[in-house]
Amino acid sequence: MTSDQLTRPAVRFTGKPMPRKEDDRLLKAQGEFGDDTPVAHLAYVVFVRSPYAHARITSIDVSAAERVDGYLGCLLPDEVEQLTEPYVELQGPPADVEVDRCLASGGVVRFSGEPVVAVAASSREAARDAAAAVVVDYTPLPHVVDARSAVLPDAPQVHEQIGSNVAFDALYDWGDIDFALENADHVIEVDELHFHRFSSTPLECGVVTVEYDAGVDTFTFTGGFATPQLATFNLAVALRHPANRLRVLSKDFGGSFGVKLNTHIPATAAALLARKLGRPMRWTETRSEHHLMGGHGNERWFRDVKMAVQSDGTVLGLSYDALDDVGAYTRYEPLGGVIWTQVANACYQLKHLKVRYRSIYTNKGPVHPNRGYSRMQHMWLVERMMDIAAHKLGFDPVEFRLRNYVQPDQYPYTTVNGCVYDSGDLPLSLRKALDLIDYPGARRLQRELAGTGKRIGIGIGSTLDSGTNNFAQARLLNAHLPFGGNTEGALVRLGADGSVYATTGGVAFGQGHETTVAQVVADMLGVAYDHVHVQRGSDSSLSAQTGFSGSYASQFAVTGIAAMINATKRLIREISLVASSVLKCEPEEIELADGAARVRTDPERALPLAAVAGIVHFSPVDLPPEVAEEVGLVARSVYRAPFELPDLDRKYGNLTLTYATQIHACVVEIDEETGHTKLLRYAMVDDCGTPINPMVIEGQVHGATVHGISAALFEHFAYDEHGQLAAGNFYDYHAATALDLPSFGYDSVVSPSPFTPIGAKGMGEGGGAPLHALSAAIQDAIGTQGMVLASFNPPERVLQLLRGLDAEKVQVLR
Amino acid sequence: MTEINVIVDGKQETGAVQDRTLLVHWLRDSLDKRGPKIGCDTGNCGACTVRWDGQLVKSCMVLAVQADGGTVETAASLSEEDGSLNRLQQCFKDHHALQCGYCTSGMLMTATDFLCSGEPVTEEATRRALKGNVCRCTGYHNIVRAIRAAAEETP
Repeated sequence: MTSDQLTRPAVRFTGKPMPRKEDDRLLKAQGEFGDDTPVAHLAYVVFVRSPYAHARITSIDVSAAERVDGYLGCLLPDEVEQLTEPYVELQGPPADVEVDRCLASGGVVRFSGEPVVAVAASSREAARDAAAAVVVDYTPLPHVVDARSAVLPDAPQVHEQIGSNVAFDALYDWGDIDFALENADHVIEVDELHFHRFSSTPLECGVVTVEYDAGVDTFTFTGGFATPQLATFNLAVALRHPANRLRVLSKDFGGSFGVKLNTHIPATAAALLARKLGRPMRWTETRSEHHLMGGHGNERWFRDVKMAVQSDGTVLGLSYDALDDVGAYTRYEPLGGVIWTQVANACYQLKHLKVRYRSIYTNKGPVHPNRGYSRMQHMWLVERMMDIAAHKLGFDPVEFRLRNYVQPDQYPYTTVNGCVYDSGDLPLSLRKALDLIDYPGARRLQRELAGTGKRIGIGIGSTLDSGTNNFAQARLLNAHLPFGGNTEGALVRLGADGSVYATTGGVAFGQGHETTVAQVVADMLGVAYDHVHVQRGSDSSLSAQTGFSGSYASQFAVTGIAAMINATKRLIREISLVASSVLKCEPEEIELADGAARVRTDPERALPLAAVAGIVHFSPVDLPPEVAEEVGLVARSVYRAPFELPDLDRKYGNLTLTYATQIHACVVEIDEETGHTKLLRYAMVDDCGTPINPMVIEGQVHGATVHGISAALFEHFAYDEHGQLAAGNFYDYHAATALDLPSFGYDSVVSPSPFTPIGAKGMGEGGGAPLHALSAAIQDAIGTQGMVLASFNPPERVLQLLRGLDAEKVQVLR
Repeated sequence: MTEINVIVDGKQETGAVQDRTLLVHWLRDSLDKRGPKIGCDTGNCGACTVRWDGQLVKSCMVLAVQADGGTVETAASLSEEDGSLNRLQQCFKDHHALQCGYCTSGMLMTATDFLCSGEPVTEEATRRALKGNVCRCTGYHNIVRAIRAAAEETP
C-alpha cells in the first residue's frame, strides 16, 4: 500500500487529530477495567509475601487462616512445584538453570515481596485476613542488593545452582575503540555512572480474573496482558495446558508502559486456585505489591567509561563496562542485554563502540521492560558523556551535538552494529527545541542570575525511540532461541448490515488504537469514521493475533496499522468481487466511497455496503458460486516486518525497523540553599514520520516526558542494606503531580520512514529524553565543580553536587 | 454488619456493610459504580475521588458507614440527562486530556469541584487543585488545558 492508494478515493481522517473513540465511555465512567467486572461466585486471591530479601522457608502453617470466615483454600510452593513447569528462561547456560515459578521456587525467597502462599477467600476482606493469619518461618540467608557487590567472588548467590550472579555476559566490540583511544586528540575517562531503578508505575496496578470451565477444560484470563499470545504460550507451558484451551482477554487497561508483560506469573497462581476450588478467582494487586514486584526498570552501572574526541569536536566512539541489575529473576530479562544495541550509536555518528555487558542477579524486585526499555539507559550514558566532554573540553554543547548528530543527508544511516536509522532531521529538531525555550534568552537569564543564590541551567536531551523489533535479536542473547522477525495481525469484517468491525492484534492501554485504526479503515473503505467499530482491548479467541501481538516497543503505528491495512485490502477485494458481479463490471473497476461500492467511471452504478453484506449473508443465490464461496466478508491479514537474521558472530544486523527521534530542551533553576530544581521551561520536538493522529502523538510525547522528568527528580526504587524497598507506596515514591510541572512547548518534524507502509514510525516510549536533558541542565547550572554521574538528582544530591560531588571521577586523560 | 442508606448519583441506595468497609469498595463492589478507582493504598492518587455531601473526598479514606444518611456523587453522575458529555467532559475529549482513562473519573470530580469553587482558574491554581490526583499517562498538560477551557466556556 502506498500513500497514493491510501489517498484514493479520499483521505478524510488519516493524519487528522480525530477525537478518540475511547473517550466517551471513559469520561462517563462506563469503561471496564480489570477490577470492574462483576462476576458471579467470584473469590479473591491474596499473596502472602516474603519480608526477607533472601531466606529459606522452614515452615508454613495455614491452620489459623483456615479458621477465617470465608476462607476457601490456599496454594503452597510444594503444590506449585508439582503442578507447574518453571517459566521459560531466555538466557543460555549457565544461568538457564534458574527456576522461576509463581510462588517461591525451591523453598527459597529471593526478594522482599516475593509471593510464598496464595490464599483464596470469598471476599476481599476475608482473603486479606486469611493471608495475614498464615505463619511462615524463614531462615534468613545472606543477601546482595548492589550489582557491584554481586559480581565479587565471595558474593551471596541469588540462585545457588548457577554458580554466580551473572545471568548474561557479552562483549560487544564494533570498530576499533582501542585504536581510537590511543590516537584521539582527547580522551575523557569517567570511573562510574549510575542509572537508577524506577518504573512507570501505571495507575491501575495488576489485576487478573481467572475462570475455569471444567466442562470444556478451559481457562479464561481477563486482565492486563500486554502481549496476549506470549502470555498464552507462557501459561500453557507453566500450567501444562493446551494453548487452545486458554483464552486471554483484556478490556480497558489502566496503563502498562511495558511492565505488564509478565501478568502470566500471578495469573498462574490464580488459575491453579480457580481449578482447584471450582470458583472464579480475582487477584487485584495493591500499590505496595506493585512497587515490590510489579516490574522495575533496568538499573545500570556504567564503569570505566572512555570516550575518544578529536580537537575539532568529532567524537570517535566510546567504551564501557555495564553491570545491569535485573533483580532476583530474569523474567523478560536478560533481553535488555541486547535491546540496547538497537540504538548503539544513540543520535551520533560514532565509529567505535566497545561494551562489556553483564546482567546481574540481586535480591531485589525483578526487572520488567519499562518505557524506553534498556535503550534509554545506554542513550543517557552517551548523552551524559557528550555533555561531560563538551564541558571538560570547552565545546559549546549545542555546536558539539550538531556536529556529531547523524545528519539529514546520511539517512538511511547504518550504525556500528548494522542497525539502519531510517530517517530524521536532528539538527532541525534541536533548533526547534531551542527556539521553544528561547535559548538566547535563557543564556541571558543565566548570566543575570549568577551569584544570586539561584542558578540557571540549560539542558538538551537527544534521543531515539526505536520501534518494531526484529525478534531475531533474541538470538544474540541465546543462539538457540527460535525467534526471528516480527509480525502483527488484524481482522476486519463487514457485518450482515454493512457495519464495519475491526480487531487488531495489539492491545491498547491508553494509546488510542481504536481511534487510529478507525481513521485508516474508514478512509480505505470510504465509510464514515463513526461507521467503523473497533474491538476494545483484545481477545485471543478472535484470531486477530500472531505470536508477537501486543503493545510494546513502539510499534503499533507500523505493525498494527500495516496489518490492518492488509486486512482491509483483503476485505476490499471481497467487496469488489461481490459488487462487480452484481454491477456487471470487472472487480478492478470498483472503488469504495460514500459507504458504497461503485464503478469508478460511472459512480451512479453503485451498491451500498449494506447491500453487499446483505447479499453475501442472506442471498448468496444472487452471486456466482465461485464468488459466494470465496467471499466471507471476514478478512484476516498479517503484516511481516522486512527483517533478516543478524550475523551472530559479529553481533551485526538490523534490529529495529524505525527510529523516531525526540529532542528535548529545558531550562531549570536551582536553589543553592535547598538544592531544589525548578523547571522553568520545557520543550519537546518529536519526529515519528507520517502522523496518523497528531493529537495522539503529542499526548504520548507529553506522557513520556513526565515519566522521564518524574524519574529524574522524584522517583527511585531504592533498597536499604537489608534489601528492603524504601519506596513501597506513593508517599515514598513520588509520582509527579500537576503542581510539580510546567506547561510544555511542543513542536514536530515529519521525516517519513521509507521502510513502512505509510511512512509512520512507532513512538510512545520516548527514549527517556528528560533524564538526559535534566542531567545536562543540572550539570550546566553546577558548572564543573561537581559532576552529574547519576540519573537521579533529588535536592540532596544537587546540594552535594554544589559541594563538588564526583568531580574526581572524571578525568581528561589528554 | 451495619445497614446504611446513601443517595448515590441521585438514587437512594441501601447496603449492609462491615464497619471496616471503605466507601470506595462499597461503591464499586456493591453498586458497580465504576467512577471511583483504586490506584494506591494511601490516599495519594485521587483516582477514587467523589463528592460526599458536597465535599470533595477520596473515597478510600472514608468508611462506608460514615456515608450513612448522606449523598455521594461519582463521575457517573456528570453527563447530561440525555447521556451526552457535559461541558467539562467534552473539554477533556477535545483537548485529549485522557489516555488510559483510569485517573479520569477522579480528575473530573476534582475539576468539577474546582470549577464550582469560584477560584480564578489560572494555570497555577488549576495545577494546585489537581495536586492530589495522579495521572501516569497524560503528563497533565492537556488536563490543565481542558479545565481552563471549560472555565472559559462557562457562560
